[in-house]
Amino acid sequence: MAYKVSIKQFNHVLNTLSDKYKIYGPKKIEKKGRYSDTDLVCYKPISGLDEMELNEKSFFSPKEIIYPIRETLFYFTEDNVSVPSVPDEKIIIFLRPCDINGMKRLDTIFLQNGPEQDFYYKRLREKVKFFMIECNEGFDSCFCVSMNGNKTDEYAVACKFNNDNVILNIQDEEFKALFSEGAEEVQHEVEFVEENKVKVEIPPVDKVTKEVFENDIWTEYTHRCIGCGRCNTSCITCACFTMQDQHYGKDNKMGERRRVWASCQVDGYSTMAGNHDFRTKKGDRMRFKTMHKINDFHKRFGFHMCVGCGRCDDVCPEYISFPKCIEKVNEIVKGDSNE
Amino acid sequence: MNNPYLPRPIKIIDRWEESGIDHTFRVENDMNLIGGQFLQLSIPGVGEAPISISDFTDKYLDMTIRKVGKLTDGIFDLQAGDKIFVRGPYGNGFNLDQYKGKNLVIVAGGTGLAPVKNVVNYFYNNMDLVKSFTLIVGFKTPNDILFRDEIKKWSEKINVVLTVDSADESWTGETGLVTKHIAVCDMKDLDNTEVIVVGPPIMMKFATIEFVKRGLAEEKIWVSFERKMSCGIGKCGHCKIDETYVCLEGPVFNYVKAKELID
Repeated sequence: MAYKVSIKQFNHVLNTLSDKYKIYGPKKIEKKGRYSDTDLVCYKPISGLDEMELNEKSFFSPKEIIYPIRETLFYFTEDNVSVPSVPDEKIIIFLRPCDINGMKRLDTIFLQNGPEQDFYYKRLREKVKFFMIECNEGFDSCFCVSMNGNKTDEYAVACKFNNDNVILNIQDEEFKALFSEGAEEVQHEVEFVEENKVKVEIPPVDKVTKEVFENDIWTEYTHRCIGCGRCNTSCITCACFTMQDQHYGKDNKMGERRRVWASCQVDGYSTMAGNHDFRTKKGDRMRFKTMHKINDFHKRFGFHMCVGCGRCDDVCPEYISFPKCIEKVNEIVKGDSNE
Repeated sequence: MNNPYLPRPIKIIDRWEESGIDHTFRVENDMNLIGGQFLQLSIPGVGEAPISISDFTDKYLDMTIRKVGKLTDGIFDLQAGDKIFVRGPYGNGFNLDQYKGKNLVIVAGGTGLAPVKNVVNYFYNNMDLVKSFTLIVGFKTPNDILFRDEIKKWSEKINVVLTVDSADESWTGETGLVTKHIAVCDMKDLDNTEVIVVGPPIMMKFATIEFVKRGLAEEKIWVSFERKMSCGIGKCGHCKIDETYVCLEGPVFNYVKAKELID
């Protein structure tokens, strides 16, 4: 059973929820886009539906809400180390199915990979409830269907936004109680995008051999990619970070240790003491990223890392297409298997 | 909830010079360690990096550190009595049982000797546990030689080949790359031989090839990798090669696995 509520009623409930929850959604920030006179769509706290941008894809993913771009791990003084606290309030995020699937990838790295869970990720992640935005149709660069990123049932509330009402499929009892009051009960099955304009065949994991690594296709990216790392920062699934120590004043006695997002496409990602480096060519970095998204992660965890949100294509200043790259890998793999 | 990123202070007991730019720092030890493991070593406000443990007892552990960057500059300012911060131990380390009853050959290049030093010392002190023990260790020049006194001590019981890539006239020992000495090393009973190779990537590549060329089965070769790491616990991504995390599945790898890893 689903509930149909007016936008006014929907906003009213959000207002009630804001006592306990910080509510985030995609928001348009005017004139803050990359080029002059363009807008930026990113995740910000919202107080009502009218603040949400639902007609455009967000430039940044919602990952920064639970995995901040820069996060202080601890402050230190001469003898003490103290961990910064996080606000008590819980978190609601309005996001699309691909991003919910993306969060599952982040969960996998931070909570399942290795013997210990990530303290900082976990304490924010545990506060989060997902309000899924039903996609009526994908955006131009989406390829979620190819990546199996188009469907999920891991939402508290699924929202189908119509012009004058919202249809809600609610799986969380707390929200059911709030939204059902005075709402019209309707029949509605949660709808997912079943077809994208961009389609790509993902090469089977066991077919990707060393030949792919050594193939010429990567040379193109050595020339095209400028190593800006936008594909990583916009990606919902990129989880890499680097430690950064900062001290206040000259005596080194007080300061903080932070972690900041890292990009496998940017210089320094693999640089060790003495400047010893791996993957100095952009093409090798593109290969490293591609394999992680559509091969390595799957070998380790049984599903692909990439969810097909297409943000990397949207943000690339060199118009590099990730689905095209996957396609090229697939062609090599198919070529190999035909021999 | 356990916070694996919080380092704990540990006291420096002693430090001494190994070469002009390499010093060994001895710190208090309260951990159960395996040779080949590493610590995330840090000075808050300066930085944090993975540093291999060169040797240890129940009471102390040694780290041989080269002064090459901001963090190690900071570490070199510290003296006995000062505190340094650590997390760990991390990584799998060397499984000593693997080498018991075997002809053990260890090839180490430069600072690569540090992560295997505990293994060398263990079998030096328990020579009855191996059939034979050969240690081939190479440095760039005589000035770069680490653990000079210990190498001398080891020579009493272990077949040690100490070589330098290039030397002046005063050097009377062996010269040439370690691969040259692998080629002449007496290896008969290959079925009962286990080899450990640790050093710079290029040295490990050619040293392992040399052993395979001599007929040694790949699964009898062990290597240890060095990579950039920010966490040591499988999150930060820096040390990942293909689907393998060096901090989790390594840094010690069997060559059968290691040769498939493409950076």
